[in-house]
Amino acid sequence: MITALTVLLGCQLAGEVAARLLGLPLPGPVLGMLLLFALLLGRVRVVEPVREPAQGLLRYLSLLFVPAGVGLMRHAGRLRAELLPIAIALVVSTAVTVAVTALVFQLVARGKGER
Amino acid sequence: MGPVEQVWVYLSATPLLWLAATLLAYEVGAWIFRRAGERPLANPVFIAVAILIALLHATGTPYETYFEGAQFVHFLLGPATVALAVPLYQNRAEVRQALVPMIAALAAGSASAILSAVGLARWLGADSETLRSMAPKSATTPIAMAVSEQIGGLPSLTAAFVIATGIIGAVLVTPLLDALRIRDWRGRGFSAGVAAHGLGTASAFQMNELAGTFAGIGLALNGVATAILVPILLGWLR
Repeated sequence: MITALTVLLGCQLAGEVAARLLGLPLPGPVLGMLLLFALLLGRVRVVEPVREPAQGLLRYLSLLFVPAGVGLMRHAGRLRAELLPIAIALVVSTAVTVAVTALVFQLVARGKGER
Repeated sequence: MGPVEQVWVYLSATPLLWLAATLLAYEVGAWIFRRAGERPLANPVFIAVAILIALLHATGTPYETYFEGAQFVHFLLGPATVALAVPLYQNRAEVRQALVPMIAALAAGSASAILSAVGLARWLGADSETLRSMAPKSATTPIAMAVSEQIGGLPSLTAAFVIATGIIGAVLVTPLLDALRIRDWRGRGFSAGVAAHGLGTASAFQMNELAGTFAGIGLALNGVATAILVPILLGWLR
């Protein structure tokens, strides 16, 4: 457990440092993910114990968004004033994005003749 | 000061209260979700956020005080993002096979996310600051906030839009993809990650691990695509 947490935080730390040093437009944790992926691919033994705890953490991924979600209250004024345009734009745009992404994926995957 | 006030003074000064309240509100949300037959509309995050905002209002507690406790949960978003490497590694063969459909779907999806949000909000009369803050709403929070700042939006408003998009996405993905008869778990997960970042990814992991893996890739790729596309597309819209 502690080894897993050390590996996860170590990769995140390395990612944050790299993002700043290299001026990359990616957040530290995303670079950390790529680093951990590379370490797993390279069969680096030290990172092996990360597997099960990582999957445990991902099972509760949605919980981790609750504090940021409560932050919606800080914009109550604007959200109330522009409720309709904001709500319609977010709902329709999210639906359109899901649909377009999934349909293009399916179309291209079938076009390639796989499955 | 009576004993109740004394307890409140103690509780409002430690992170313990709002940390516990965050976990409890999520448990309540998860319980309602199960009781409602896992209907997407009974989204646990949405319920938890609603309960907590009501509680903060009722007790006159500012968000900053709440966040002192909740930050411990919030902090885990970083390591959880790193942890996405594990399912990515375990499903690497599937991922390699699907590179071409992923890139095509990413380009179409990312551009749709930006153009449809900004176009609709503008048509419906939202102001320019709202539009700019909304443009990167499908990307993961840190990228979206950075992009928003770069194009003259309000980063904290963008964070609110990102979360709202995530909750909407979590509610929408399953019924919408069922209606479109998309059965491929890879495409289902990938679209959830591109459209609704981490919360879409969380709901994809509820479908299965393959969908979750593709959602994680969608989230990461759309972060990059949004950072590149928003400044270009917003230039066109002007």
